[in-house]
Amino acid sequence: MENDFEPKIVAFVCNWCTYAGADLTGTSRIKYSPNVKIIRFPCTGRIDFMLLLKAFSNGADGVIVSGCHPNDCHYTSGNFHARRRWVVFRTLLDFMGIDINRITFTWVSAAEGAKWAEVVNTTASKIKELGPYEAYRKITNEIWES
Amino acid sequence: MGAINEIAARLLETGEAKVVIGYGEGSFGSVRPAFARNQEEAEKLIYDKRCTQNLAMYVYKKEISPLRKLAIVANVSTLRGIIRLASENQIKNGDIITLYINELGEVIECKALSEIEICLAEITPEIKPEDKELIDKLDAMTPQERWNFWISEMESCIKCYACRQACPLCYCTQCAVEVNQPQWIPVAANTSGNLEWHITRAMHLSGRCVECGQCGEACPVNIPIHLLPIKLAEEIKNIYGTVSGMKIQESNTLSTFKPDDKENFIG
Repeated sequence: MENDFEPKIVAFVCNWCTYAGADLTGTSRIKYSPNVKIIRFPCTGRIDFMLLLKAFSNGADGVIVSGCHPNDCHYTSGNFHARRRWVVFRTLLDFMGIDINRITFTWVSAAEGAKWAEVVNTTASKIKELGPYEAYRKITNEIWES
Repeated sequence: MGAINEIAARLLETGEAKVVIGYGEGSFGSVRPAFARNQEEAEKLIYDKRCTQNLAMYVYKKEISPLRKLAIVANVSTLRGIIRLASENQIKNGDIITLYINELGEVIECKALSEIEICLAEITPEIKPEDKELIDKLDAMTPQERWNFWISEMESCIKCYACRQACPLCYCTQCAVEVNQPQWIPVAANTSGNLEWHITRAMHLSGRCVECGQCGEACPVNIPIHLLPIKLAEEIKNIYGTVSGMKIQESNTLSTFKPDDKENFIG
């Protein structure tokens, strides 16, 4: 039963590093889990925390957030700002009991095609083990049931 | 409490302030905010242990701000609110006369913002023991228990936005919750939307919250929502060492960074 579960994973990635890195994964013909849906952003600094919540409320079981390594940001400081935001946001989610194991934060550069495949694969198998995010699904379904 | 009335009366008489924002006697033994514009009203101002509301939230309200220059009766959290508003350029130096009432009941008149900073330099802000206790209790729970706790609280939220109205720092003319293209937060009160609203509010206050707890105080259904921004303020203090509303030059923690900021979860 558990093995049949195919998780929905949404990846929020920056245009300049991780998106290019994911492109390299493809051009290098490295196979990786098809459970991930990639959404391209100009920069990790642009990824609003609300987007992560919206992913969960729209049925995602896991989320990946990835961008340029520190000091490599195309806009110099976007990922530094993002880093502080994620530290605070993760604390808040944890305090509210939202499963932070379902959110993977990582830096993947444009040259790290292999790392991208590995990140997606490990996240997919982790989410597969955790199962569907029933707790969040329950509160979002309530809107349609009432 | 003679002092506060005398000072208010003097400020109004000399025209140094057009209005004195303070506390007045409410009904059934409660206190309410009072706005003294003349001698008679100045005499009715009171200050005692019940006066815990953070009046800094009136400073930018559109009905009040044209009355600048104004004077405001302040406790510690009001002072911090004013300093935070000043560091976000919502108050100019000299706009406000602050009548800080210290622990001994003495009234300290601060005409410049730098004088408020001097008052605050002697104070170590602490969160209320009952809030600390509840935060510790929640921290000790498993994530599942914490989720159950907050979801049962969120179910009762009626989305009245009293938490926003009571906050000295929620001064945006268009709040994120009123944006409808795209609609980030649903208008109706449902559990997931309520959760999103309170997460948004806490995040927008992170690094800015002055820990006055007014949001939780204002909540008509008694959700301890003030714990969210307070918890983040405590964490930010531990991680980045910044405390909001103590110095005018302190910038918002989340809009600055250090290249060597530490984290332990980004692979």
